Amino acid sequence: MNDALIELRGLSKNYEDQQVLKGIDLTIHRNEFLTLLGPSGCGKTTTLRIIAGFEEPSGGEVLFDGIDISKIPSHKREVNTVFQKYALFPFLNVYDNVAFGLKLKKMDETMIDHKVKHMLSLIGLSDYAKRDVTSLSGGQQQRVAIARALVNEPKVLLLDEPLGALDAKLRKGMQIELKKIQREVGITFIFVTHDQEEALSMSDTVVVMNEGIIQQVGTPEDIYNEPENRFVASFIGESNIIEAVMKQDLLVSFDGYDFPCVDKGFKTNEDVEVVIRPEDIDIVKPEDAKLKGVVKSIIFKGVHHEIVVEAEHRNYLIHTTDYFEPGLVVGLSFGPDDIHVMYRMDWE
Amino acid sequence: MKHYNKLVRPYLIWSVLIILVPIIMIVLYSVTTGGNALVNISFTLKNFTKIGEPIYLEVLKKSLVLGFVSVSICLVLGYILAYFITKFKDSVQDLLILLVTIPMWINTLLRTYAWISLLSDNGLINSFLGLFGMDAKTFMYTDFAVVIGLVSDILPFMVIPIHTSIRKIDRSLIEAAQDLGADKVQTFMKVTLKMSIPGVINGVMMTFLLSISTFVIPKLLGGGQYMLIGNLIENQFISVGNWNFGSAISIILTAIILIGLTLMKKFDRDDREEELERAKNK
Repeated sequence: MNDALIELRGLSKNYEDQQVLKGIDLTIHRNEFLTLLGPSGCGKTTTLRIIAGFEEPSGGEVLFDGIDISKIPSHKREVNTVFQKYALFPFLNVYDNVAFGLKLKKMDETMIDHKVKHMLSLIGLSDYAKRDVTSLSGGQQQRVAIARALVNEPKVLLLDEPLGALDAKLRKGMQIELKKIQREVGITFIFVTHDQEEALSMSDTVVVMNEGIIQQVGTPEDIYNEPENRFVASFIGESNIIEAVMKQDLLVSFDGYDFPCVDKGFKTNEDVEVVIRPEDIDIVKPEDAKLKGVVKSIIFKGVHHEIVVEAEHRNYLIHTTDYFEPGLVVGLSFGPDDIHVMYRMDWE
Repeated sequence: MKHYNKLVRPYLIWSVLIILVPIIMIVLYSVTTGGNALVNISFTLKNFTKIGEPIYLEVLKKSLVLGFVSVSICLVLGYILAYFITKFKDSVQDLLILLVTIPMWINTLLRTYAWISLLSDNGLINSFLGLFGMDAKTFMYTDFAVVIGLVSDILPFMVIPIHTSIRKIDRSLIEAAQDLGADKVQTFMKVTLKMSIPGVINGVMMTFLLSISTFVIPKLLGGGQYMLIGNLIENQFISVGNWNFGSAISIILTAIILIGLTLMKKFDRDDREEELERAKNK
């Protein structure tokens, strides 16, 4: 594909004796909504700050349209950032905040006026132009921050956990709005978050990171349904992760039984791990399943019940809308495509 | 709660005694004539009109100009110093600020004497110049000496509030400016300077207050003939014995300072309100 906009090659970053990025290779395409997802301290914000130019990488390259920009200062880069706590200028009103970047470019006044007003109407704050930014609500400040960045028509918009400070309901609304804005302006968004649900619902591509290493890159569906390792599987949603042995292609063995599956390409008798999502396990009569166990607990979660079944080798987590009495002996059933086989990794 | 309010009373009495009574006395002295006796009081505004005499107006003007010059020099030096201190990491910043305040631990009189030994005709500076075959210059008893003494005396009061205001600027505001295309100079002019204005105002207020009411420094470095408004007041009370005129000048000085403070506060208020508003939103 030739629509690569940003390429990170072997990017590393050290703070004193601590290595926060350990060789990041990543290609970011035009018009892509890409999310860097991971727990705090995984290096996602550092990666974003390197692209923005606030940090210099200790090693590796940042290619922008094929040109290495890692030595170019941030004010000369064609990217703009939406900061975690908005970072609006408190001494300027809404209009002047949005116009800040254009005024620096010495753009014609009427042109600035036109662009700022257009941007304010896009975010639905036209009536707030003369308002003090400090008098706005969190959600409104957030939108001003987005407008202030987008009005400069960057090729890439960087968003550093921009929804973190909003309450749950507002956050949902902003997720939809952000996605809409991204489609409208048609530029690349690089979004940093630790919220897996946010990442899955907004992104074209999700990059899962941990301890300065990329764990998996893929579409939200790939990441959820086919996690590449235990970290991704456990970080994205809830799951049953089981140590297993790959007997042969399409046959995996765990908990004393062989199960048909859809994965292949592993070595014969290779040690692997299997992930089964809790909603993919059906509770059936004991005689209808290989795995049997006792219902240990059942918790009502709103839409579904969260059930823990104590089987011979381990406890299984199951999500179902049905109710089962604790103490009941049940069978656990799942189809070949509910089983996802991963390479086994050592996590200390 | 009401019960405990009574505990404030001794303090109130004490405050009235040591703050209010003297002020009333000064006001009383400033509008009366003759001597220190309070038996036969006759009111007059002569004490206030007396300051209109050219010789006193000259003193007032000189004080204001000197204060203005010292505060301006302080502002430039203090801002630069404060700005560069914020470039260091936190622990070093604390140490540097401590160094800035150390002179304040020493008595003003001693510090001023130190300047005399540096500036006098056969002092350190002139001896140093002599090494290069230059003629001795007269520093003592000039405006230059008084300004140097004043600036060194009040500089910490400028550095500390400015440093505090620059230090607490949110780092992401600086980054936001750079992100939006501002180079280093533009970032400083458009963000750092703006955000540090409250500190500048506090610094200017404090140093102006100190410089306009000083009398030790002009007396020692400016010589016996050197007359600033502080010296004038001191003279009226101690040498001349005209407490009535001395009180009138004190009140005029207080009025000038109050007007200055009010104007400054007016600037500052907008920023304060913004901060309040922001705090409310959190």
